[in-house]
Amino acid sequence: MQFTIEVNNKSIRAEKGETILSALNRNGIIIPTLCRMAEFTPTGACRMCVVEVEGRDRLVTACSAPVEEWMKIKTHSPRVIRARKTIVELLLSNHPDDCLYCDRNLDCELQRLSDEMQVRERRIRGSKIKPRRDQSSPAIVRELSKCILCGRCLRVCEEVVTATSIDFIGRGRYTHVGPAMDRDFNFSSCIHCGQCVLVCPTGALHEKHYLSEVQEQLSKSDVTRVLQYSPLVPYALAEELGVKYNRDFDRLLNAALRKTGFDKIFLSGTGTDILITELTDTIIRARENPDRKTLVVSACPAWVKYCEQFRPELLPLLSTLKTPQQISGAIIKSVVPVSDDKPRVYTVSVTPCTAMKFEARRDSMTRKGISDIDTVLTVRELARLIVLYGIDITNIDPEPADEPMALRSSASLLAESAGGITESVLRLLAARMGEKETEKPALKKLRNTNSFRETIVTAGGESFHVAVVDGLKGLAKIRQMIDGGAKYDLVEVMACPGGCVNGGGMLPAGSREAVKQRTRFIWQTDDQEAVRGPEQSASVTDLYGRVFEQCSELADKKLFNTHFSKRDVLL
Amino acid sequence: MKQTKDSGTKDFLVSEVLLHSSDTLPPETSRKLAEIRRDKPSVPIIYVATGSAAIIAGSDATAKAAKQYLEEMGMRGEVVRTGCHGPAAFEPLFCVHLPGKNKLFFRNITEDKVEPLLNGVFHNDMPLEDLVAQSGSYGFEAWHEIPFMEEVPFFRLQKRVVLGNCGCYDPESIEEYIARGGYRAFLKTIRNYTHEEVCDIVERSGLRGRSGGGFLTGLKWKYALNSASDSRYLICNAKESDPGSYADRSVLEGDPHRLIEGICIASYAIGASTAIIYLKTGSPHPLARLRKALEAAADYGITGHNILSSGFNLEILIREEAGAFVCGEETALIASLEGKRGMPELKPPYPTTSGLYGKPTVINNVETLMNVSLIMSHGPEWFRSMGTEGSKGTKLFSLGGRGRYTGLIEVEMGTTFRTITEGIADGIRDGKAFKTLQIGGPSGTFITEKNLDLPVDFDVLRANGIAMGSGGLIIIDETTCLVDFVRFYMEFIHRESCGKCIPCREGTGRMLEILENVVRKPLNEDSNSTLERFKGVMQLETIASVMKDTSLCGLGQTAPNPFISALDNYREEFEEHIFDRRCRANVCRGLRTFSIDVEKCTGCTVCAAKCPVNAIYGTRLQPFFIVEDKCIGCGVCYDVCKFSAVTVK
Repeated sequence: MQFTIEVNNKSIRAEKGETILSALNRNGIIIPTLCRMAEFTPTGACRMCVVEVEGRDRLVTACSAPVEEWMKIKTHSPRVIRARKTIVELLLSNHPDDCLYCDRNLDCELQRLSDEMQVRERRIRGSKIKPRRDQSSPAIVRELSKCILCGRCLRVCEEVVTATSIDFIGRGRYTHVGPAMDRDFNFSSCIHCGQCVLVCPTGALHEKHYLSEVQEQLSKSDVTRVLQYSPLVPYALAEELGVKYNRDFDRLLNAALRKTGFDKIFLSGTGTDILITELTDTIIRARENPDRKTLVVSACPAWVKYCEQFRPELLPLLSTLKTPQQISGAIIKSVVPVSDDKPRVYTVSVTPCTAMKFEARRDSMTRKGISDIDTVLTVRELARLIVLYGIDITNIDPEPADEPMALRSSASLLAESAGGITESVLRLLAARMGEKETEKPALKKLRNTNSFRETIVTAGGESFHVAVVDGLKGLAKIRQMIDGGAKYDLVEVMACPGGCVNGGGMLPAGSREAVKQRTRFIWQTDDQEAVRGPEQSASVTDLYGRVFEQCSELADKKLFNTHFSKRDVLL
Repeated sequence: MKQTKDSGTKDFLVSEVLLHSSDTLPPETSRKLAEIRRDKPSVPIIYVATGSAAIIAGSDATAKAAKQYLEEMGMRGEVVRTGCHGPAAFEPLFCVHLPGKNKLFFRNITEDKVEPLLNGVFHNDMPLEDLVAQSGSYGFEAWHEIPFMEEVPFFRLQKRVVLGNCGCYDPESIEEYIARGGYRAFLKTIRNYTHEEVCDIVERSGLRGRSGGGFLTGLKWKYALNSASDSRYLICNAKESDPGSYADRSVLEGDPHRLIEGICIASYAIGASTAIIYLKTGSPHPLARLRKALEAAADYGITGHNILSSGFNLEILIREEAGAFVCGEETALIASLEGKRGMPELKPPYPTTSGLYGKPTVINNVETLMNVSLIMSHGPEWFRSMGTEGSKGTKLFSLGGRGRYTGLIEVEMGTTFRTITEGIADGIRDGKAFKTLQIGGPSGTFITEKNLDLPVDFDVLRANGIAMGSGGLIIIDETTCLVDFVRFYMEFIHRESCGKCIPCREGTGRMLEILENVVRKPLNEDSNSTLERFKGVMQLETIASVMKDTSLCGLGQTAPNPFISALDNYREEFEEHIFDRRCRANVCRGLRTFSIDVEKCTGCTVCAAKCPVNAIYGTRLQPFFIVEDKCIGCGVCYDVCKFSAVTVK
């Protein structure tokens, strides 16, 4: 039902049941917000969106109050503007003055708001709370002095990630956000997914930076520097750098990376292809066993940690295969030759993920104390590296990646979206079973945004039951299904809703729309590319046919597997 | 007492009294009840008040001593531990009821005074200095030349309805409560009225919520009753955490059964089968009383499944929370009951539509519920006969501060604040001058001398910008510095702010800092810090009004009230602190300057020995002097000097 309300002495149309904010936004009036997150119930914590409603004693929060027919609203009266400005000034009075040194300089919502509110003078002064900087986690840094307590991170952690690792602690001005018992992150149940980083309006939460480490290695003469990047990285990098993406961008990136000083550029996508191949083989092998267990994919490091902490009972079902990054890492450290003048190999992996930073540091991902992957960078860090080394990516010649991991199939790109691994495995299964094509309608069921999706595909006369958990919220459902006796051939779990397209290392404030766009890009590319599966990829054929045979360490593929165990953390 | 606790009494009370169908009881039953009530005792009965205040004053030992005295003297008699009468300054309050004579009340009877006092009473040598008053009914013989209770101003000007039972019976005895007519209103309610009718009656009575908002209780119940749901909750908010208010606690200690009866009726009215009493942790004594009372009520079948065959079920739970001040706010209270962090949430939805676990929930405070059984037994018209046009009934106040008599008081709505300060409190202690009256605790306002003639009335007070609050009333005299007082409340609020919304979290902190700056010692300050102080003060009013305008919950919205009210009415005191750097009440430490009068100082060295910062120097038997730069203004020297040689300005 529509009706008219009066806003700033003009009438606008509003719909019954909507909030004041949405009615205003639809009619071209912008109200500043800070704690608001689309698709979450408003909490009304920041009070930035207050408006004046005639007949109410106090200002009303537009984000939560429903419109009513009698309302006469003033959105930018002096009283409202003074309130908003004072709120920003109050925040700033307890905020460190180090914008220039901040991770989120020029990309900070508080900075933008204070500019919008014309804060040009420090009117409110006083002592500042100086909490510690928590750098204990290998993936995420917590700078509480910059926290404005909007509560977005903990709502995401509770409602989306379901880990509930952080919450408010303390009272009054000493309120802060932290893990259980106010310990550091490394003791907490944080799964390093980085969803909190994506929603943080200021620089209070960001990934741990390893750029200086990379720079140091780039300046050394006795190291072979290898960089591998995930299939989605070029597209995300173009987003981050503000460059238009085209098909050549992947190869431009190769050239740019070589210019910064990397000796070899590999594609993690080849690792994904191997993972898909191995998973498919596992499923086919398991077919022979009538009491086979459900196979749960372990390609998401955040999910693996979640499983180790919260669902240890699912650990026996978890596939022992490593993630694509670590499979590639194992190959790189095995095949890249060392010589007397270059005795060390230094591997960098670029991903859209923060949890990979943690994963690379696991004990089980090392050989004789040497990590397969030395440093993990997010897309954001890579963009900074390229800018730092002064490379104009639009003005260089494209170059191919290095053998033996120079090519990837479009299936590996597909794996960056939730359900992609499952789809790729099903396609490969069909090919192995001698089918020309997988059933399209069955696969279509995997391409939506539900947190739990399942489908049954028949190939070679056999049916394969698979499920996708898109975001950990869907775990409750899979649990219910498994308890109810359902048997799956494959269950894919992605901690971030949408998959790696929504990873913690992507652009901050990644809205639902951006995630959709990235997913659409993946699907389009998958339709257009010629090499659609690992079985068609020359690199995969080369690796299996030649490289693994020649390398004694890789021959039995033990290096592609790892083990998981129950993890005790402060829950 | 012992003989009344056997199962025979229980059967008698349940079948002959509670389940008796008509309103009037047969004479035989009434006689038995009078016996349980000890209306006409045949042996001396000694009542000792045992509320928290009395226990702190030593009433436990007093009661034991009295019992021992009776035993040693070989006298038949009884010692009854009651709740509190209210006058905290009189504790332990001691009452002797001799057969055929009026009751006698004595004040401040500690353990050691029991024996001489009882000797005196029994041998007609009345210890007059300890005597408060006599009180009597049933045509007992009056004592000569002893004032009646009704003649003591503290009691005369009160109207004790809610507190009617407090101090008169043993709160741990359900038998006595039933004998005093208890629980019959509840049974009458469930026998005779539908849910809607109960809501109607309470709405007609004009009872308004006593926790500050003043919302019509019956209407609130109706909202909850009319919200479609399979279950509803009633929450009794007994968590008063305003510094200086103790009405709920006293009521819980003095008359827990009437509260339970009120909860029963309210639960029936809204169709709730679970009621929760929300108590603050750290009040063991009321909690123990309440537990005992609940056990007794369950034993009598007044709560539980199919209550006395009426088909109505009710379970009353006690939830003790470590909660914060903000948990008094409805949504934060619910969050804390659900096991979450006690933080307020957005309204609407209001708890009456979606409250505890998403079910319709009514939250009433103790005082509101205490009125309910009275309304049901005497009828709404009786309740309407008390009070003013818009505010019916009575109001409890925790009267504290510098009055001569302080304690828990109950006045009829419409009583003026002058009656309270000058009548009930009987003026200011130690002959000092009255300054102001503070109402409503940390979120309250000041009632100035000229406003003292305002009546206790929700609407009149609101029209004058005064919030009734939860019933804290503090009498302030000239020895209190209002800047310091406001700073104290701001410190409290700042400590208790939940940290959710920015204006309250940051605003209270900044306001506190600015106020602290105002009262800080002007030492080691450069011109810049003086400028900072002035700038800060200029911001105070802006911050205060934005906090009022935008804070999420009542705590933040009302947090600047004491400051705004003090600034409006006593601006000159603030200006003195800021511009003259002087505190007229000599309270603010930073602004006090102590010096030693050379003429009077004998050089006894006591002050120098006691000074915590070694700011006093001198040679023995010569006049000492204070080094101002080192002095922190604590005033120890002033207090310890036997020769009044230390002066303050």
